[in-house]
Amino acid sequence: MADASRRPAVVGLAELAPARDTGAETELSLAARIGVAALADAGVRLSDVDGLLTHPMETLGRLVPSTLAEFMGLQLSYGDSVDLGGATSVGMLWRAAAAIESGMCSVCLCITAVPRTAGPAQQRGGPTRNATDRSPYREHEVPYGNVAATEGYAMVAMRYEHEYGDTARQRAKIAVQQRQNAALHPKAFFRDVPLTVDEVMASEVITDPLRKLDSVMPAGGAAAVVVARADVARGLAQRPVPILGAGEAISHKTITYAPNLTDTVIRRSAERAFASAGIGPAQVGLASLYDCYTSTVLLTLEDAGFCTKGGAAEFVDAHDLTWQGDFPLNTQGGQLSFGQADVAGGMSHVTEAVLQLQGRAGDRQVRDLEFAFVHGNGGIMSEQTSAVLGRGEGL
Amino acid sequence: MTRPVPFPSPVSEPFWEACRRHELVVQECERCANLQFYPRATCTSCASTELAWRSVSGRAVLHTFTIARRATHRRLVDQVPYVIAVVELDEGPRLTSTVVDADVDRLRIGQRLRVDFEHVEGESIPVFRLDAEA
Repeated sequence: MADASRRPAVVGLAELAPARDTGAETELSLAARIGVAALADAGVRLSDVDGLLTHPMETLGRLVPSTLAEFMGLQLSYGDSVDLGGATSVGMLWRAAAAIESGMCSVCLCITAVPRTAGPAQQRGGPTRNATDRSPYREHEVPYGNVAATEGYAMVAMRYEHEYGDTARQRAKIAVQQRQNAALHPKAFFRDVPLTVDEVMASEVITDPLRKLDSVMPAGGAAAVVVARADVARGLAQRPVPILGAGEAISHKTITYAPNLTDTVIRRSAERAFASAGIGPAQVGLASLYDCYTSTVLLTLEDAGFCTKGGAAEFVDAHDLTWQGDFPLNTQGGQLSFGQADVAGGMSHVTEAVLQLQGRAGDRQVRDLEFAFVHGNGGIMSEQTSAVLGRGEGL
Repeated sequence: MTRPVPFPSPVSEPFWEACRRHELVVQECERCANLQFYPRATCTSCASTELAWRSVSGRAVLHTFTIARRATHRRLVDQVPYVIAVVELDEGPRLTSTVVDADVDRLRIGQRLRVDFEHVEGESIPVFRLDAEA
């Protein structure tokens, strides 16, 4: 990427604790509230912001960047809506960095906000809910009930078990050790609920082979980061965390049409991020990997290059994945224990990496951390985004 | 039997029309001979717009599957537990479908399947059964 003086860095952040019910607040007001909180954390004034990245919002429809800019009082030279599902947040980092490097803006606010109201479990209504949906998904997937994320991920996990023979107990260790990390994060949803492998194994099978405790719990929430050019970032409130490299890969929407169900395009996304950062997986001190299901983590460990193809279950067996272990993984608890606030859930992997690299992770602080690898994953292994973040220089 | 009903598009209508005759067809590129499913406007291999329809055997192998222990669509509530499957046709293309009339707990990846058709509100939807002759 560009020379160090212009290198884009994350300079501030804000995050709400994921909640089952976020109250009556709209997407727009939640987005504004978390946005200004991130600016305050960075020490950036509203008038300094000239870039805005956000995402499609159910209650707004189109034109989200201008609506949010008007609502917050922003004057922008760059704005966009990123539509990459769970990969959105990491995808925002690369877009913000690229926009800054090309001169489109110098301070880019990246906002994710998805409220949620608690109620009976929602079932997708299909034809009556949206008769204008003419997507291939509606035509060729919905008739069979291939509707929710859990079904697609279960089919990947089933094929992975068939090819590589991981066991449910090996997957469960990921959920258990991430829960140990969550115990030290004040905003983690399950911080006060210890978890054992036996409890994961005893939880209900939802879609074979995935159990309830292999799966994230849907929540509402919001998170935002401020990305700024290093020369602008100097003198701000927090230590800037440089975005050293990034990558992205998109190959399909529905898993049936993926080139390969168990050898994913995470490989392309991660390779590009590592190559542009000039480091490799062995130098990573914190892996912040999208974990909608325990099985997703296995595939990401392999395809991002942390272990060999088919070797992830053994890798998990061999390492301590907690914040103080020899392979710190998802020290916020992962979304499995932190809570998955929809699109904002993916941002928790970014905010945690930034907090860790700034030395602001409190009781779960990883020692001597130099590089973090952050990965986002959307749809059913559909959109992949990777970034390498560095410790940067002190203030 | 209830199911969510597909809405054919101008591009996919010949596929659904063949299903109504209990015939399974896929697109074949007239330039590069690529076979593809689901129906599209262009060839995903060579970008040609010249696509023909080709009848396939309906013989397939179970590439992967899951068993839905809870319904995620209200029209499928009565069918729990049901199978959602990725099926690989002998001719190559993969499609999403289901395996019907099988003991779901004895289903295995790699099992041989044959197509059948299920009628839902004027449409006919490809489903698969374990192939007794295999």
